[in-house]
Amino acid sequence: MSLADDLYRETILDHYHNPRNQGEIANPSVQVEGVNPLCGDEITLFMNVNGDAIADLKLKSRGCSINMASGSMMSEVVKGQPLTEAQRIIELIKSMLLGKSADVMLPEELEDLESLQGVKKYPVRIKCALLPWNTLLEAIQNLNPGDNGKK
Amino acid sequence: MFNVQKIRKDFPVLDRQVNGNPLIYLDNAATSQKPAAVIESLKSYYERCNANIHRGIHALSEEATEAYESVREEVARFIGASEARSVVFTRNTTEAINVVAQSWGRANLLAGDEIVLTPMEHHSNLVPWQQLAQERQAKLVFLELTDDGLLDLNSARRLIGSRTKIVCVTQMSNVLGTITPVKELAQLAHAQGALILVDGAQGVPHLPTSVSELGCDFLAFSFHKMLGPTGVGVLWGRPELLEAMPPFLYGGDMISAVWRDRAKWNELPWKFEAGTPNIADVIAAGQALTYLQELGMDQVRAHEVELTGYALRRLQEIGDATIYGPLDAHQRGGVVSFNFAGVHPHDIGQILNESGIAIRAGHHCCQPLMRDLNVAGTARASFYIYNTREEVDRLLEALKEADKVMGHVACR
Repeated sequence: MSLADDLYRETILDHYHNPRNQGEIANPSVQVEGVNPLCGDEITLFMNVNGDAIADLKLKSRGCSINMASGSMMSEVVKGQPLTEAQRIIELIKSMLLGKSADVMLPEELEDLESLQGVKKYPVRIKCALLPWNTLLEAIQNLNPGDNGKK
Repeated sequence: MFNVQKIRKDFPVLDRQVNGNPLIYLDNAATSQKPAAVIESLKSYYERCNANIHRGIHALSEEATEAYESVREEVARFIGASEARSVVFTRNTTEAINVVAQSWGRANLLAGDEIVLTPMEHHSNLVPWQQLAQERQAKLVFLELTDDGLLDLNSARRLIGSRTKIVCVTQMSNVLGTITPVKELAQLAHAQGALILVDGAQGVPHLPTSVSELGCDFLAFSFHKMLGPTGVGVLWGRPELLEAMPPFLYGGDMISAVWRDRAKWNELPWKFEAGTPNIADVIAAGQALTYLQELGMDQVRAHEVELTGYALRRLQEIGDATIYGPLDAHQRGGVVSFNFAGVHPHDIGQILNESGIAIRAGHHCCQPLMRDLNVAGTARASFYIYNTREEVDRLLEALKEADKVMGHVACR
């Protein structure tokens, strides 16, 4: 297997070159910044919540291909999802990236994210892939309990 | 005679393969590799002579003390210092700078005083001064760089003034490679009654360095970037300044007499070397100095100017490569930072690693400079005595490969 097969798969490069949901949301329900000081990945996550669901999500990110692609794919799969479902997906992806087991099969709607599995072979890059997910988790946790949607 | 192929044979690690390719080590600004003489020194110290110093009456202790103290004299000669007692061993450059910031700084800095820095300081020559400035309500003042990444001496003439108490500058930038005009800055500082500290972490390993010629008051550097082991740094200071400074750490060896309620400090340099020092590594560092002296620092510099010039020319051949810092190899050290449009430095580093090439990618402990350059990080290749033109060629081939893997963003 070459680096291109493992790490820089077509899906990753597509999301890297054309990251989805990049931008800002004015007056979001929650805004969180994440950084990976080792390699300088930076991400600002803006999220609007409507009831119990993620109404909109935008990312302003500056980082390596793995980080950008991971964030881009994340934004696509969690948008419109209930917060509880988003949390379930976060846990699933984190266990995929951090787990010791061999490749994890993801449900069809999360298929693109399987392309991140190659990162496991390159331990220093796992943090890059995780940053958007940890930032989203923090954003969900920062939502005030009982504060459904915009203030 | 400077013979790279002969030099390479002295470095066991250069025989290594990485991912099926011969190692090409281009991360020397982070740390250098070690010649067999240094590795052998560590082994033979522990096998033949290990003892604590400055106290034993037995043969081993005397030998260890003699070996340790003779390195101090060698260091003094290496940096053109007249007195060995002005050479203090520390853990690294960072600790050496902290000694000055904490000891000299706390004793001398008052509210409203100014500490002058450059925008290209490593965190190790920035954060200690930030802390001191906060504590003392002192002000940090930053000199300016020219568009081609040189230090702007006009800004120094304007900004070093009567409130300036100390000027703290890198001898050579670990990102831009820029060589700082220390001599001129020292004159400007002294004309205002201020001191000048030089962060020699990058400079001393690569440039002939004499504290008397530079006219500086403090010089800090680390041995691990100049063929020596990790864990040994040096603070050189003008003896009268060190004499007047309070100790940095307190405990054994830094005292001359102790009562229940008080103590008298030892004389220089031991006043600043509390506790059992890093004896084995200091002695091995002496072998690193011997190695460099036999090559001659003028020759080391000449080799790096040649290699850096070649790398800069080759890099400019590549389409969308941005090179940071001066393009004239005579005005910079062997540190080449660059970016490709559209390829993140971390990806470059990862792909080069597949070819066995070790470079650094990231902010290089210079986050404020990265912000000035408006980049998240850079890729950085840095050279030393054992690097060759062929390795630069391999680097260039691998960079083109990286561009291919990432979808031909840069080389269009």
